[in-house]
Amino acid sequence: MKNRKKLTQMKLFLPIFSMLLVMAVNVVYDIACGNPPLSFFTITIKNEILYGRLVDVLNRGSEVAILAIGMTFVVSSSAGTDISVGSVMSLSGGLCCMLLAGYGVTNVSEYASPLWVGLLAGIAIACVCGLFNGFLVAYMNIQPMVATLILWSAGRAVGLLLCNSQIVYVRVKSFQIFGSYIGIFPTPILIAAICIAIAALVLKFTALGTYIQSVGINKKASRLAGFNSSKIILMCFVISGLCAGIAGLVATSRIYSADTNNIGLNMELDAILAVALGGNSLGGGKFSLAGSIIGAYTIQAITTTLYALGVSSAQAPVFKAIVVILIVVIQSQPVKAYFKKLSAGKQTAKGGAQV
Amino acid sequence: MKKLKISNSNLLLLITIVLFAVMYLGGCIVYADKGFTHLQTFLNILINNAGLLCVACGMTCVMLTGGIDISVGSLIAMDCMIMAVGIEEWGMKSQVLILLVLLIGLVFGLVQGICVAYLGIQPFITTMAGMFFARGMTAVINTQQVSIVSDAFFVKLSNTKIKLPFGSYVNSKGIEQIPYIRVTVIVALLVVAVTWFVLKYVRFGRSLYAVGGNQMSAELMGLNVKRTKLGAYIVSALLTSIGGICYCLNTMSGTVNQAVGLEMDAISSAVIGGTLLTGGVGNVIGSLFGVLINGTISTLVKSHGKLISSWSNIVTAILLCFFIILQAVFAKMKERKKS
Repeated sequence: MKNRKKLTQMKLFLPIFSMLLVMAVNVVYDIACGNPPLSFFTITIKNEILYGRLVDVLNRGSEVAILAIGMTFVVSSSAGTDISVGSVMSLSGGLCCMLLAGYGVTNVSEYASPLWVGLLAGIAIACVCGLFNGFLVAYMNIQPMVATLILWSAGRAVGLLLCNSQIVYVRVKSFQIFGSYIGIFPTPILIAAICIAIAALVLKFTALGTYIQSVGINKKASRLAGFNSSKIILMCFVISGLCAGIAGLVATSRIYSADTNNIGLNMELDAILAVALGGNSLGGGKFSLAGSIIGAYTIQAITTTLYALGVSSAQAPVFKAIVVILIVVIQSQPVKAYFKKLSAGKQTAKGGAQV
Repeated sequence: MKKLKISNSNLLLLITIVLFAVMYLGGCIVYADKGFTHLQTFLNILINNAGLLCVACGMTCVMLTGGIDISVGSLIAMDCMIMAVGIEEWGMKSQVLILLVLLIGLVFGLVQGICVAYLGIQPFITTMAGMFFARGMTAVINTQQVSIVSDAFFVKLSNTKIKLPFGSYVNSKGIEQIPYIRVTVIVALLVVAVTWFVLKYVRFGRSLYAVGGNQMSAELMGLNVKRTKLGAYIVSALLTSIGGICYCLNTMSGTVNQAVGLEMDAISSAVIGGTLLTGGVGNVIGSLFGVLINGTISTLVKSHGKLISSWSNIVTAILLCFFIILQAVFAKMKERKKS
């Protein structure tokens, strides 16, 4: 009883539990279909690249994982969400491809400008977007969701404008590498791993994490304690923009084209879902980066599982919605209070019996 | 103190109306040769945005309580799909389907409202889940585009032109053009009028303002805050369903990707119309002008002919940004005056 309680109150209980649940569903499905029961976990080398459902989940989940890093910081510091990340992804991908191909050109096999210019510009514009969002939230005191609403609409539109409303293809090997494979290993996994490692190291060796949490718990009190609250919130939004930029470049490189209408579509919802699934309160304050990352991959696992079960990509949102509602209802105050009352009632009943 | 608040919100409304007038007159001057000066251009804005107008009214109610409802676009897609599939595949009467759609809207709003008001889940997260759900459900019902052709009543309703007794002109071919509106416009304007009346004179409408202005004092005053919030979400979903029927009458089809981003248009219309995102301030007349401004922008972009359609998104976003910052500045001024 005590052990069970300890387990359910562990910080990472929710994300790990849901991850295991998804894996269990996969195993059951495989057994039902007559496949070997552990085919979800088997990794083979086919056509000289790593192959397997687990690799696929890790690979496809890279963008959401990268976004989840920035989103965790934003949620924690400002108690709001950055809903512009999907559009910013599309914008940064669009700018990068536009620079690499030249304006108005839709299909190139040679760079119009060096690769690093495109990549840097893509990331820089994403940071500027983050700066804009952060300025509105931190210095103008606008609700985060509303402030990011502007770029949610404008980001994709500007991206379309840069690409002249067309899909710009950049068919050059060195550009494709970020979305494909280095040797046998998928590059997006590497990029996500590097981003996660950097974030983890920063949190471990600097006091940034503590600052962010304290601002999220009480902005005024933190300012009185000597933190520059506004600056910290601004920084969180810039980090979120940076993450969106990196994710956008990975997504663009994956299809070696700037499909501005579709890159990062609804990605902000996945990122927010990842943070919620990671056991983080969407009301700000304490956060766990590990939870968000596990949450991100869990979402990808859910999506991949749904596809494996034969659900079409248009229908998948129904299940995602049910998952979101279940998670937030479990986390909500009245339901928590109800369960607490229930367990308290049981304990007093027990105590009464002992006496 | 109270006087200042009213004057601020009135100022926002005034700016909106002036902006609309300037934009429309500018359009009349620049695109005079493309028929911008005809009454029909203005009526077309109303016809094209009748659905959005209903949605914006519901959105205003929710935003008055300090919440937000981003599920509206998907809900409209689901409504249209139910209408289309219901008529074409299930062989149901359109009158029955309209009632069904309204009922679905009621239940949808009820569930969202319970999650927000009684379980304390953030409105954005709740309605985001609703958005996912409705869009996914649309695909579950049917993934193809379904056009409505076989229901006589619905087709007739969609094709009815209500001619206006004034404003007729003779076009270049020498044929007299009589300006007209559609049934949807009348429905939308009725919705605006009723919502305006409810917000101004009915107990429920007044409590929306009170809850949005200061939840704590509303509660101390004896208002049932939770029930009011629940009511706001039900009203929003119900008006969205009415808007969905108007939208369906306009497009006469149902597809999965219908009304994508409509929630953004509705929110920006309300914000441009002077509804504060923090709740407590705003009215439907402002939202009406917000919708008209949105419509004018897209008409202007279309009239130019060479611009990419994403320009209208960009201009709307810039306007939205301008009004949000304006609101923030007003809020700051108010705070300074207080202290």
